Amino acid sequence: MSALTFTLKSPAQQRIDLSPLTPDKLAGKSIADIGAILLQSGKTKLRTDEVFAISGDDSNGIVFDNANHKLDYIGSGMKSGKITINGGAGSYLGFQMKKGEIILNGDADAFAASGMADGFIHIKGNVGDFLGAAYFGERKGMKGGTVLVTGNAGERAGDQMRRGLILIEGNVGAYCASRMLAGTIGILGNTGEYLGYGMRRGTLLVTKTPDLHATIQDCGTHTLPFLNLMFKSFAALPSKFSKINQNRVQRYAGDLANDGKGEILVLQ
Amino acid sequence: MIINGVTIDDTFAEAFGMRGTRVIITAQNLKWAYNAANAMTGFATSVIACGVEAGIEREMSANETPDGRPGVSILMFAMGSAVLMKQLETRLGQCVLTCPTAAAFSGIDSGYPEITKINLGKNLRFFGDGFQISKKFGGKRFWRVPVMDGEFLTEESTGMIRSVGGGNFLILAESQPQALAACEAAIEAMKKIPNVIMPFPGGVVRSGSKVGSKYKTLIASTNDAFCPTLKGITNTQLSPEIESVMEIVIDGLTELDIRKATRAGIAAACALGAENGIKRVSAGNYGGKLGPYHFKLRDIMSDESLNDIAPGVTA
Repeated sequence: MSALTFTLKSPAQQRIDLSPLTPDKLAGKSIADIGAILLQSGKTKLRTDEVFAISGDDSNGIVFDNANHKLDYIGSGMKSGKITINGGAGSYLGFQMKKGEIILNGDADAFAASGMADGFIHIKGNVGDFLGAAYFGERKGMKGGTVLVTGNAGERAGDQMRRGLILIEGNVGAYCASRMLAGTIGILGNTGEYLGYGMRRGTLLVTKTPDLHATIQDCGTHTLPFLNLMFKSFAALPSKFSKINQNRVQRYAGDLANDGKGEILVLQ
Repeated sequence: MIINGVTIDDTFAEAFGMRGTRVIITAQNLKWAYNAANAMTGFATSVIACGVEAGIEREMSANETPDGRPGVSILMFAMGSAVLMKQLETRLGQCVLTCPTAAAFSGIDSGYPEITKINLGKNLRFFGDGFQISKKFGGKRFWRVPVMDGEFLTEESTGMIRSVGGGNFLILAESQPQALAACEAAIEAMKKIPNVIMPFPGGVVRSGSKVGSKYKTLIASTNDAFCPTLKGITNTQLSPEIESVMEIVIDGLTELDIRKATRAGIAAACALGAENGIKRVSAGNYGGKLGPYHFKLRDIMSDESLNDIAPGVTA
């Protein structure tokens, strides 16, 4: 069996919602059935085989080739299997994803991993704003799983995040971890202003001392044994995070304007 | 059956179903892991008055433990799950939460047919008064509780399984020092067996009991048939040359673990042999009607397959 491959025929003029094309929704369907699936694009609906050349038969491992940033909701709500994207992805990559794996060889737009519950997303390029954040009107962002970003992330990464792990090897924009409820975000690069703004609980792990606002307070330098467990859990990740091997940190706690039980740990 | 001049009685040890759990205690170094573990397994020789029977199973090197620090594993057994859960929580709270640098982790996650999750640090977290922090790694939840030395780290739960308690054998010798020397040799050998503990002081118990008493309020009393000073006035089980009897009690996670430990212990005692005053090995039972597990000494001593203690280790 070869991977079920969707090759974008021509660069899309309008954004296309790819949420029907997940391994669990396509399981057991023939290529003809799959080709007839209608995809929402703006005000119109397009047949899948109008948009993509379809080949292969293993719906458990889906590949999108020639993909670009007009393709939204890739892996939305997926419950199993693996999606590999070559090119780029639009907004809402892995939206409310339940399980499985998404590998993106390229950049993603805003709201990647929004409402994600479990599974693994590896974005090998950069990602836009609101990574792992709550959808409009929702009060909780990402609820579980792991997101690994090899490049940079935009603003508001982890906004209202409830649980799970986001690891960013590059830089993040402003308001990272704003209104964060719990979970863990690790950042190896630079952080923007207002890091942890309104953060309620949760852990931020950074390598460089950030500029912090007044309601995040220094709690001193500590050797924390739980970091051993955390770094052990990173060991299998294809990432620079798997190399971290020290548990001495400067601990800042906040945001005191919003309960103040969150923490920003700066590796020493 | 006679091994090296030591008679193995044609009898069996009678054991009971218990609930067992394992906890891994780590600390800055082994000294402090032992301080916590010794406290947690203190006053835990017999369920009759201690609630649980507990002991240190073995030392663990830094690369075996979850947090990469040296530690020890503890086994804890009780007659019912409610008692075990209560004792685990109170002992963890008073002995590990309090011990500098110590942390506690689950010791049973897989490998047994039926594993019940029981609370480890789940309720102790409230000591943190709202400052406690939950972290989930690899599907397991951990709690970080701020304490005066830094943070107390504990896993939320550990596994409880159906296990076996009360395996035993008796060593009958010509003198008290010889009986004790044989027991020490047996315990030394049995400590190498995984999944078992010998809960009494130094692993050895001298006050074996029988069911009932002349005093109506007592449910158990001294086993006069094996008391050497009563040889002439009671229905004794001892021949004239026996001057001292000691017992080793074994609790194990499975029946097989106890069989292996019994074999290793008796073999070590018999290695001293008749020339060192070791005359007989027997076992305690209640006629076979009370406990579902019967450990027949002669069967165990003739079963070579029990020498495989664990991968790469033989008796």
